[in-house]
Amino acid sequence: MLTYTLLAGLLFGLYFTLIGLGLNLVFGVMRIVNLAHGDFLMLGAFLAFWLFSLFAINPIPTIPVAFAVFLLLGFPLYYLLVPRLLRAKDPEMLSFILFFGLSQVIQALATILWGTSERSIPGGQLGRAVAAILSFVTGRTIENGPIEIFGQSFPAAWVASGVASGIGVLLVYWYLYRTKLGYLTRAVMVSRDEAIASGIDVDRISAIAFGFGLGLAAVAGVFAPFLLGSITPAMGAEVTITSFAVIVIGSLGNPLGTLLGGLVYGISYMFMQSYYSSWANLLPYLLLIAVLLLRPNGLLGRQARRA
Amino acid sequence: MRKGTRDVLLILVPLVAAFALLPFVYSNHLLLFNFIIFIVLAQGVNVIYGFTGYLPFGYVGFFGAGAYGFSLMVLHLQAPPFLAIVVGAMASLVLALVLTPLFRLSGAYFSIANLAASLAVLQVVANPNLENYTRGPYGISLSGIFNPPLAYASAVAILAATLFAVIFLRNSKFGLALQAIREDSISASMAGINVVRERVIAWLLSALIAGLAGSVFAWYASVFYPETVFSGEFTIFAIVFALFGGTATVVGPILGVVILYGIYNAVGISTPQYFQLIYGALIIGLVLFLPNGLVSVLRRWGIDVP
Repeated sequence: MLTYTLLAGLLFGLYFTLIGLGLNLVFGVMRIVNLAHGDFLMLGAFLAFWLFSLFAINPIPTIPVAFAVFLLLGFPLYYLLVPRLLRAKDPEMLSFILFFGLSQVIQALATILWGTSERSIPGGQLGRAVAAILSFVTGRTIENGPIEIFGQSFPAAWVASGVASGIGVLLVYWYLYRTKLGYLTRAVMVSRDEAIASGIDVDRISAIAFGFGLGLAAVAGVFAPFLLGSITPAMGAEVTITSFAVIVIGSLGNPLGTLLGGLVYGISYMFMQSYYSSWANLLPYLLLIAVLLLRPNGLLGRQARRA
Repeated sequence: MRKGTRDVLLILVPLVAAFALLPFVYSNHLLLFNFIIFIVLAQGVNVIYGFTGYLPFGYVGFFGAGAYGFSLMVLHLQAPPFLAIVVGAMASLVLALVLTPLFRLSGAYFSIANLAASLAVLQVVANPNLENYTRGPYGISLSGIFNPPLAYASAVAILAATLFAVIFLRNSKFGLALQAIREDSISASMAGINVVRERVIAWLLSALIAGLAGSVFAWYASVFYPETVFSGEFTIFAIVFALFGGTATVVGPILGVVILYGIYNAVGISTPQYFQLIYGALIIGLVLFLPNGLVSVLRRWGIDVP
């Protein structure tokens, strides 16, 4: 039971990290709160759903498609909304309201297009793809079914989502810490004004980070039918709160913190599910408040966020 | 307080009189009641956001605490409604006191923590394990004290008290101190303002307003679910109404409610998703093009807005 809980928590933790990363990137770079984060995740989930049910496309190849589509969507959206917002007197607060409006627009459009019914993709689909990939890599035939880790068996969809999230997280860190663009992005995160002064095209960097944030949300959305349950146009709000819990536990604006936050969140979520399931829903909120009050800078935070 | 007297005569008295008399000529009392509730809530948001700059994204928590404080008093102790309203307001004040440490956080952190707090309260109230105390997710039914006319009258009284409080803030040294803190808390404290105390007072006042609104809402509705009184829509509507009209003024939030909630009732009920679309687009446009609200337009024309 204990091993099972820990391992499941780890898998979910990686997934929660993936959910939180995009939001944290946007906040870190632009100091604005993307309250529509969960709704972009919902759009990604629906993309995977429709590609699967209309063209029988497996969710695995959908991942790069979702990322590219939403990355490109991010640029026009950024230039439409953010520069104007940043000129206002109190952009951080106003961003709450602005992106709430955006979230309403997305939800309304999704409801008009697809209705309110719950949809899902059979978990076996992801498992079959995983089995196929494993068979190809190892050269042996591997049956589609639960995967055994340390003597505990997990649904293949969980393992696949967890591993893919882990890879996604690694790619983001590679981007942030090993590429020129990532270097510039981190410069803007540390100080927007100094970045402008050193000749960095802050708008371009921010637009890319914004697109990246949406892309990551959409990728997380592809796995949502397997880990979060059935998908509906209204699912976004709850996801947004969860991602906030994750990134606040880590610390806002620090991408490494998100990994820690995701793991802490995922593991404690699984423990609550196993031992106190009826109170598990309370966990994200309590963790969030507790961390904010006890360690206002998050577990890995440096900058003060006191009033 | 000459300006204050003027505001009382020109804004408070006509508005309260209108809501007191309208039920006699207009039959949709529920709609009128909702207008009152939203004006009260928008003014409550105005007190904390307009005057101190803290955006309470979990404002509905106080509304819900008021509603449940009221209902539990009636259910378990058979308290008379007026006593229960006082208890509901107290419940909201206690919640606000518990949450005062959140003021150590700034900006977005405060808003997120406040949102999380309101959702945590909802999860506790709606938890099936507490069915014997709060009725859990199955909701509250208060048929024994159902009395819409009296509840409506109480709502009008609460509206009057709320408007009075905001007019006081708008025209008093205390309100000025709050705005000074909002603009620059360090300079304000150097000027001799007790930053922490003043902020907490504004916070409690704002929570009290929402608690009163929640109590009287529970009384008027009599039957409701936890999701009804903890619905994030109350928060959002109140914030958007206040912002649309213009915060840190007396008339701004009232204008916002009358115009936006009016539109909502004209088109929103029949086709909710289209309304949601228009509403979202309106919010985006509002933040981008009119971040200081309608009153900023009036000010630009040289009209002094109370």
